[in-house]
Amino acid sequence: MTQPPVLILGARSDIAKATARAFAAQGHPIQLAARNAETLAAEKTDLETRYGVAVTLHEFDALETTRHEAFLSALPELPRIAICAVGHMGEQEENERDTAAAIRVMRSNYEGPASILALLANRFDERGSGTLVGISSVAGERGRATNYVYGSAKAGFTAFLSGLRNRLAKRGVHVVTVLPGFVATQMTEGMDLPEKLTAHPSEVADAIVKAVARRRDVIYVRPIWRLIMTIIRAIPERIFKGMRI
Amino acid sequence: MKLSGWGRYPVLEARVHAPRSVEALQALVRSEPSVIARGNGRAYGDSAINPAATLDMRHLDRMIAFDAGTGQVVAEAGVLLGDVIASFLPRGWFPMVTPGTKFVTLGGAIAADVHGKNHHRDGSFRECVDWIDLIGAEGEIRRCSREQNRALFEHTIGGMGLTGIIARAAIRLRPVESGWIRQTTIPAPNLRAAIATFEESQDATYSVAWIDCLGRGETLGRSLVMLGEHATRADLSPVQARRPFETGAKRKRSVPFDFPSFTLNRLSVTAFNKLYYWQGARKAGVEIVDWDSYFYPLDAILGWNRIYGRKGFAQFQCVLPLAEAERGLSALLEEIAETGAGSFLAVLKRFGAQESPFSFPMEGYTLALDFPITRKTLALMERLDQITIDFGGRFYLAKDSRMTAATFRASEPRLRDFRTQLDAQGAARHFRSAQSERLEI
Ligand SMILES: Cc1cc2nc3c(=O)[nH]c(=O)nc-3n(C[C@H](O)[C@H](O)[C@H](O)COP(=O)(O)OP(=O)(O)OC[C@H]3O[C@@H](n4cnc5c(N)ncnc54)[C@H](O)[C@@H]3O)c2cc1C
Ligand SMILES: NC(=O)c1ccc[n+]([C@@H]2O[C@H](COP(=O)([O-])OP(=O)(O)OC[C@H]3O[C@@H](n4cnc5c(N)ncnc54)[C@H](OP(=O)(O)O)[C@@H]3O)[C@@H](O)[C@H]2O)c1
Repeated sequence: MTQPPVLILGARSDIAKATARAFAAQGHPIQLAARNAETLAAEKTDLETRYGVAVTLHEFDALETTRHEAFLSALPELPRIAICAVGHMGEQEENERDTAAAIRVMRSNYEGPASILALLANRFDERGSGTLVGISSVAGERGRATNYVYGSAKAGFTAFLSGLRNRLAKRGVHVVTVLPGFVATQMTEGMDLPEKLTAHPSEVADAIVKAVARRRDVIYVRPIWRLIMTIIRAIPERIFKGMRI
Repeated sequence: MKLSGWGRYPVLEARVHAPRSVEALQALVRSEPSVIARGNGRAYGDSAINPAATLDMRHLDRMIAFDAGTGQVVAEAGVLLGDVIASFLPRGWFPMVTPGTKFVTLGGAIAADVHGKNHHRDGSFRECVDWIDLIGAEGEIRRCSREQNRALFEHTIGGMGLTGIIARAAIRLRPVESGWIRQTTIPAPNLRAAIATFEESQDATYSVAWIDCLGRGETLGRSLVMLGEHATRADLSPVQARRPFETGAKRKRSVPFDFPSFTLNRLSVTAFNKLYYWQGARKAGVEIVDWDSYFYPLDAILGWNRIYGRKGFAQFQCVLPLAEAERGLSALLEEIAETGAGSFLAVLKRFGAQESPFSFPMEGYTLALDFPITRKTLALMERLDQITIDFGGRFYLAKDSRMTAATFRASEPRLRDFRTQLDAQGAARHFRSAQSERLEI
């Protein structure tokens, strides 16, 4: 049985790489899309060697929204599953001082990812099938002093995914929102993250594969995060604003 | 950050770098005054820790090529043996040599020159290594093989990371007809019987024995000897034979918290050992088991190293030359029984002949046991060290976390030549681990 292709956007991310492996392990051909795509040659060879699947590389910049149509048209085949791992955290302090930096974070986490998924959604809708996976963040569940620029963009992206899911629910197209808690990746390297709350990228990948198969809507990778966020969301603003969290 | 090996002892503060490309790795080797490679941290002690700069190899985990004609895999050193199995067992290939856990990197398997249950027939991991790309003290990469840079090749395999950093390697796999193993279990009432069984079973591909360490007198060394063969299609049931490489996924359990160390008192270990012996004796005979349960029973319990509690544990593993094996093993087992510190895992294995500059195996018998770290067991292990030296044996550095430099020196006539090699390549001061410092290698 031949499996349909999977498109990975932001393919150099650690979570994306692990996700590419998890789908390739099931025999899916993989389309890796990233900036400077040619530097992913070793990842392509790795997937081909490990799993004997076909892998293609595609130049993709989430911020160059005017090129997104052309990017999709150039893919060897419209994918059945598309996963967007694009994201950029920046430094909160810098985001407070430097508007250009803040705008970059906003665009990289919301505008870019939403733009490409919107175009994919239309094509999937037309075909009447497909699954879109957006990697957002628990940081978008409530704005906090330590990362609200990133968080607000993720909040926008989460809302966008929810709306898209609502629109496409009866059209045969499924949308998965991934809200990983802490994940040990390049983005968080050097941060002192609590071990019990921090997932390995392969855990995120396995959770995504499962969510796609079971048509889950919103997943938190480690279940504890659902509880943590329920509590954080429930704190009255009057109290929340005085907290250091 | 705090680092330890699998035994969680000792725990050391170390600076860790996790490069994502071979170029970044080379740059680190050049810029840091001294470094050591770290694979998946499955060595028990401090061999993969350098407090100044430990280089975590796990991001360098890409496979590069596979030759379906010869079974050769080329990969970066951080690839796990378990990943090799996941990719190539479905195509009919299995590692030529595997240790008792699949969670080791290729780099770690080469650096420790690991052995499996087939050492008596197939030798150590070295036998399946075709070449390695080694990063030297200047950050330069050298291809090393039996034809090219041979001395470096020979010393790197078993060199515990002290000759340089393995960036990539080519290893050969063996063709197999299925993912199943035909296992025969033979109970042996004592050590002599166990050794006789090993000697009569030299043709078996795999052999290993589990020893009940609390046997005394007539039952000293009573054990279960387990022989194994890769099952052929003819050995399988029709259902198994239809998909011979699909053995079914195992449920992983994990040990969620640190067991308090008092659960491992003498009584519970006695009970455990008895149970093990009788259960094995009861179903003695031939069984078909899947590769994962056969080779890696402990891998099914993630984080089992926590059962020994916070203080951690140590493994004692020595090899005794064939001629002295029975007497030496008796002396070791008597000493252990005397102390009443019988451990969960006591494993006995026959090694075939091996000549190599610094690898652990030699022809004879190897005994491995875990002990929780206490004052009593540390003292016991020192006595076991002495017995080993008295009988002309030596120690496995991948398991060591506590030996003294004097003990090591006394057991290792090869140390001088190994040092000469390190000096000749300018590696001696550059590639160092907490272990190499402790043992004054
Ligand atoms: C449950 C269990 C069962 C085991 N059973 C066996 C067995 O049956 N037989 C056996 O032989 N061993 C056995 N071992 C030991 C294990 O196979 C070795 O310690 C192996 O070296 C661990 O590999 P690693 O990738 O975790 O390396 P680490 O533990 O991280 O490092 C081990 C050594 O290899 C060096 N090293 C790692 N990567 C590189 C590299 N890229 N370049 C240069 N040096 C490097 C390190 O510097 C260090 O000296 C067992 C261990 C466990 C936990
Ligand atoms: N790590 C965590 O704790 C955590 C928690 C919650 C959510 N997340 C989210 O998970 C996703 C993956 O992140 P990660 O942790 O794997 O970190 P990562 O390695 O930093 O991945 C982020 C990826 O986004 C790519 N990217 C950024 N801007 C881009 C653009 N304009 N066009 C194309 N690609 C762009 C980056 O590509 P380049 O390599 O080209 O820079 C990088 O590969 C992100 O959306 C992140 O926000 C992570």
